[in-house]
Amino acid sequence: MKHLLATEGLAYDDALAILDTAEEMAAVSSREVKKLPTLRGRTVVNLFYEDSTRTRVSFEAAAKRLSADVVNFSAKGSSVSKGESLKDTVQTLDAMGADAIVIRHSASGSAAQLAASDWSEAAVVNAGDGAHEHPTQALLDALTLRRGWYSGHSATGSPRGTDLAGMKVLIVGDIVHSRVARSNVWLLRTLGAEVHFAAPATLLPYGVVSWPVIVHYSLDEALEAAPDAVMMLRVQAERMGGVFFPTAAEYTRRWGLTDERLARTQAMILHPGPMNRGVEISAAAADSPQAKILDQVAHGVAVRMAVLHLLLTGEH
Amino acid sequence: MSDEQAHSAEAATVMTAADIDRALTRIAHEIVEAHRGTDGLVILGIPRRGVPLARRLGEKLTAIDPGFDPVTALGALDITMYRDDLRTSGARTPEPTQLPAAGVDGTTVVLVDDVLYSGRTIRAALDALADCGRPQAVRLAVLVDRGHRELPIRADHVGKNLPTSRNERVTVRLAEIDGLPAEQEQVVIIR
Repeated sequence: MKHLLATEGLAYDDALAILDTAEEMAAVSSREVKKLPTLRGRTVVNLFYEDSTRTRVSFEAAAKRLSADVVNFSAKGSSVSKGESLKDTVQTLDAMGADAIVIRHSASGSAAQLAASDWSEAAVVNAGDGAHEHPTQALLDALTLRRGWYSGHSATGSPRGTDLAGMKVLIVGDIVHSRVARSNVWLLRTLGAEVHFAAPATLLPYGVVSWPVIVHYSLDEALEAAPDAVMMLRVQAERMGGVFFPTAAEYTRRWGLTDERLARTQAMILHPGPMNRGVEISAAAADSPQAKILDQVAHGVAVRMAVLHLLLTGEH
Repeated sequence: MSDEQAHSAEAATVMTAADIDRALTRIAHEIVEAHRGTDGLVILGIPRRGVPLARRLGEKLTAIDPGFDPVTALGALDITMYRDDLRTSGARTPEPTQLPAAGVDGTTVVLVDDVLYSGRTIRAALDALADCGRPQAVRLAVLVDRGHRELPIRADHVGKNLPTSRNERVTVRLAEIDGLPAEQEQVVIIR
């Protein structure tokens, strides 16, 4: 593996290797010295063309725990606002000796274009490209799901080497704008899980019938199918102009994980954050013991450490 | 006789299952003698083959001194992230590190591995151990010492000293790792 661009096409063995490595990386966070010397002397550039705090901080923490040097480059207030192209920016960073480039960009396919180009020799990690993919988010979701799933499904009694065969995962909400949902569908299917969608028809992507998922047009009906995990997506106000559903109150009534719906499910609850409490998820649901939302944040660092380790060590 | 042996006339068995067991019994006695008991002793196996060897040493230590509790004094120390050849060898998935719940501070740690060769694995293990705590002392027990050290490292307890040339390969085959019957365990040297 030279780059991590998408979970679509990510091999089963590679996905499990990332999750198993992440399990060991997670253990480092509980040690006295929370740092590994693995990437000493290597440089990781965070190239962020879109606002993001969580993902950037998570990648930064991951690279630093592996002893890499981190350069943060955000488009705002940089040469990009003076009109510099992606190519020129990347060639500049490459000339400074970047070993890995973590890129977030509003254009779908930007990470793949960078990886296919000869602008840089660096390993490319996609940290979100438009509405296309966000592979490390799906990997941290899978790590969180596996932690809740492996007991009773693992031959060895440990999460290592276990996949998600037979697990039912329900993804709820704004799927059309969600790169998290797309990345999750491909990864969860590769790991053997059954994926359900519940969303208003206006927030489902065109051609969803050909996706390997089961679509519900009612959240109550979807919850009756007894999912093992429910993944609530954020209502992305910045990506819609009020045309996809009439009001926030109606969205909550029909598609929100309310206190009343929480009482009807035993499922693990995931949310990629940041949450709109009271819109797609109630405060009680977000704070319930079923919610694994803070685990997801911790697992994010572990998964990103695993990805950087696997991409930056070994011969290429 | 395994397939590999049948195809390679140059493979010779240098230790049988019984030899391995006797060597481990002797090492266990040496550890107790050198440490004057088993108080404050922690045995850490280096994955992969050091881990089952450490477990067997633990059983033998309990047989010698019932005060030795494998639950609190036995573990595994993965060194993948501390290797000095990460840039040139293939990317590896780390194995689990399991340390005693009480940590290793102030204990005497005995590192256990199957073959001591260049010494680079042990160098990495010492770095990994330093990030986990500060043992009072660190000792090294290996089943086979085949020479050719590249670093100033030596073993305290050796199952068998085996003079080799660099062209030869020394392989330890264990039931837990290689999936063979216990009586077929062996150390082979392949020329």
